[in-house]
Amino acid sequence: MPLHLKRLLMLGVLIVLLFLLLKHLLTPVSFGQFGHYRGKAIDEIAAHQVKFVGNKACVSCHDTIVTMKNEGYHSDLSCEGCHGAAYLHVDHPKLEKLFKPDSREFCGKCHSINKARPEKAVTQQNIKDHHPEDKCIKCHNPHQP
Amino acid sequence: MTEKKTSLSRRNFFKNAGIAAGTLVAATTLPAFDAVLYAAVKRNPKGPWYGIAIDIEKCIGCGTCAKTCKIENDVPQEPFFFRSWVEQYTILKDGSIKVISPNGGIDGFTQSTSADDIEKTFFVPKMCNHCAKSPCVQVCPVGATFETEEGIVLIDEKYCIGCKYCVQACPYGCRYFHPDKHVVDKCTLCFHRVKKGLNPACMDNCPTKARISGDLNDPESAISKFIRTRNVYVLKPHLNTGSKLYYNALNQEVR
Amino acid sequence: MNPEFEHLYQALSKVDGFIYPNEIELSWSVLIVLYPFITGLVAGAFILASLERVFNVKSLKPTYVIALLTAFSFMLVATMPLVFHLGQPFRAWEIMITPHLTSAMAIFGFVYLWYLMVVLLLEIWFDYRVDLVIWSKTATGFKRIVYKALSLGSDDISPKSVKLDDKLGYIVTVIGIPSAFLLHGYVGFIFGSIKANPWWSTVMMPIIFLFSAMVSGIALVMVLFIVINYLRKQKIDMLCLDTIAKYLFYIIIIDFTMESLDQIHRFYEAEESFEIISLLISGHLNFTLLIMQIGVGMMLPLGTLGVLQFYKPAAHIRKAIYFVVGILVLIGIFFMRWNVVIGGQLFSKSFLGFTSFKLSLIGSEGFLMASIWLVVPFFILTFLLWLFPPWKKTPVDH
Repeated sequence: MPLHLKRLLMLGVLIVLLFLLLKHLLTPVSFGQFGHYRGKAIDEIAAHQVKFVGNKACVSCHDTIVTMKNEGYHSDLSCEGCHGAAYLHVDHPKLEKLFKPDSREFCGKCHSINKARPEKAVTQQNIKDHHPEDKCIKCHNPHQP
Repeated sequence: MTEKKTSLSRRNFFKNAGIAAGTLVAATTLPAFDAVLYAAVKRNPKGPWYGIAIDIEKCIGCGTCAKTCKIENDVPQEPFFFRSWVEQYTILKDGSIKVISPNGGIDGFTQSTSADDIEKTFFVPKMCNHCAKSPCVQVCPVGATFETEEGIVLIDEKYCIGCKYCVQACPYGCRYFHPDKHVVDKCTLCFHRVKKGLNPACMDNCPTKARISGDLNDPESAISKFIRTRNVYVLKPHLNTGSKLYYNALNQEVR
Repeated sequence: MNPEFEHLYQALSKVDGFIYPNEIELSWSVLIVLYPFITGLVAGAFILASLERVFNVKSLKPTYVIALLTAFSFMLVATMPLVFHLGQPFRAWEIMITPHLTSAMAIFGFVYLWYLMVVLLLEIWFDYRVDLVIWSKTATGFKRIVYKALSLGSDDISPKSVKLDDKLGYIVTVIGIPSAFLLHGYVGFIFGSIKANPWWSTVMMPIIFLFSAMVSGIALVMVLFIVINYLRKQKIDMLCLDTIAKYLFYIIIIDFTMESLDQIHRFYEAEESFEIISLLISGHLNFTLLIMQIGVGMMLPLGTLGVLQFYKPAAHIRKAIYFVVGILVLIGIFFMRWNVVIGGQLFSKSFLGFTSFKLSLIGSEGFLMASIWLVVPFFILTFLLWLFPPWKKTPVDH
C-alpha cells in the first residue's frame, strides 16, 4: 500500500477513535438507564415544586369556611380553583395573601348563560340583566351559594 | 342429468369449503388485533400505566384547568403558550363550524353567536394525549423527550436542543417553545404531583370533576371504569398515536 | 405588553379561522428553508460531477472539478442554518453523541458526515493528490504549507499509485451517487415522515426533494461555470454548456412530473385535509407557489430549454439565456423549499384555520442572517478556487 493511503487510513481510524472517545466522555452518566434518555431527568422533573396544595391544607386554619363550602352546592370545588395557588400562603400566611375574586365576570366564567355549558352541570344566569349594578357576592355567599 | 349433478356437487363443494373456512377462523394464525381505543392500555407490567379521561358532558368551559396549569407549571402567561386549554366548538344551523379558544379559555367564554343559529355547541378541553406510540418521542433526535415506564411523556429540559421537530410531529398542537427556557415544553401530567400521590393540578381544581387521570392497568381505578362504561373516543384515531386521552361524548367534528 | 411578544400579538390579530393556541408562531422559519435548499445544491452538484466520472459524459469534463468544489463549499455551510435555528445551539453535539435511532433528524447527522468526509472530501482529495504533490514543491508560503499537509507528507506520484488513486476515486464516486441520493432523499424524509402534517406527509417527498435537488444543483453549476469563465475571460466550452442545459431540461421534466403527480393525487383523493390545503394553495401560497415556484421557476425554464433543444441561436445568446434560466431555476427551487417548510406550518393541524408568517429583516431568523448563509458558500468556493485552481491541474484521463 502506498504511503499516502496508509496515512489516510490512519487518519480515518484516528477520527473514529476520537469520536468514540468523545461519545464516551460526553454521554451523560444516567443516559440509557431506563431507555434512550437521561434517567436522572425523571427525578429532576419529579422534584418540581407543588403549588396547588389542596383543600386539606386549607382546613387546618379555615375549617369553618371549608366545612360551610363542603355542605353547599360548591362542595366539589377546590379552594385554590378560585383563590389561586396557596403554596406561599401556607408557609407565610400573613405575608402572602390569596386572591379574593369578587367581580361579576369571575362568577360568570362558570355561571353566565352559554349554550355550550351542560344545563345539569351548572346553574346559569344572564349576568347582563340579573342585577347588573351589584356584585354577585352581595346576595350570594360563594361559600354557601 | 349428469351436467346438473356436477353443478350440484360443485355447489356442495363450495358450501363445505365455506363451512370449513368459517370454523378455521377460530384457529387462525393471525394475531388478535388491538382495538383502537385499547391499543394503549396495559403496557407497563410492573406498575401503573397512566391515562386521562375527560367528560365533555360535565365541562362548563370555565377555564380553571388552563389557568391553574399555567401557575403550577410556570407556563408563560402570554396567550401563545399552553399545556392545557379549552376550545368551544359551535356547529351552526347552516352546517358551518366555528371554533374558538380565546386565551385558551382562561378568561372564560362569552357567547358571540345568537342562540337561535346554534345547532349544537360544546366545550372540548385539550391537553397532551400522552400517546403510547408518541410521534413526538419518535422524532426527537437526541432522546430529550421520552415516555416513562408509567406511560407519561416528558421533556428533559436540560437535554432538549430546541430543534422543535417534536412540535411539528405532535398532531394535537400540545407542544410549544418555551420563550425563557429556549427548549420545548408540554404537559407532564403534573408528574411532580403524581409522583407525590397527588392528582394533576387541572384535575384537582376542575369544579365539575370533568377530568380524571389514573392507572389504566388497574381494572378498578376510576379511569378504567370510566372507559369501560362510557362510549369513549380518542382524537385523530386514524393517526394511530395510541392516545391515552379518552373523551366521553366527543363529537366527531373535533380535531 | 412585553415587547418580546409584540410580534406574536400581531400574529394573533392576523389569525384566520381557528388554530390551536400553540400554533401562532411558526416553529421553523427561513433558516430551515435554507437547509434543504443548500443540501439540495450539494446533492445536485455532486450528481452532475458523477455524470462525467461514472456515466462517462465526456463533454461535461470542464465542470467536473467545479461541481465537486461547489458541492463541498455548500456542504460546509449546510448545517449552519440548522445549528443556528436551535433553541440551544451549544447542545447540538448531542445529536451525534446520543442519536435517537427512530428520528430522521438524528440519522441525518451521520448521513451528512458520511457524505462530507467519506464521499466529497475523499473524491476531491484523490482527484487533487498528484497536483498537491506537484504544487507543494513549487508554491511558497501559506499555500505550500496547506499543500504539504494535505498531501499527508507523501510525494508518491508514480504511475502505479496514480492509477490506484484514480481507481479508488472512481469507487468513491460510485458510492457517492447512492450517498447523494440518500443525503437528499433523507432531507425529504424528515418532512415526508411527519404524519401529523398532510402537506408534508407523502411518500413522494424524498423523491421530489431528490429531483428538485438535482435541478437546483445542475442550475447552480451551470451559472457558476458561466460566471467563472466570464471572470477568467475564457472562451466558454459551448458543447459543455449545451450538455448541462440538456440534462437540466430532462431533470426538470422528471421533477415537474413528480410534483404534479403528487398534487394531482392529493386533489383527486381529496381527503380530510383537502379543503384547508386548497385554501393554502389558492390563498397563502398563491404568489410563492403558483407564480414563483411553478411559473417562474419551472414552466418558464422548461419552455425556454425545450425550445433550445430544437432551435439553437448564436452562442452568446444561448449563454445569456442559460444564465437567466439557471437563476430562475434557483429562485424557483428556493421557493419550492419555502412552500414546503413555511407552507406546511401556515395551516393549523385542526385544519380549521391559518396563522401568518412575516419574515423579519434582522435577528437570528431574519432575512439578513439567511442571506449571510447563502453568500458564505460563494466565498468558500472563491477561496477554494484560488487555493486549488482546477485550470492549473495536471490533465488526467479518468
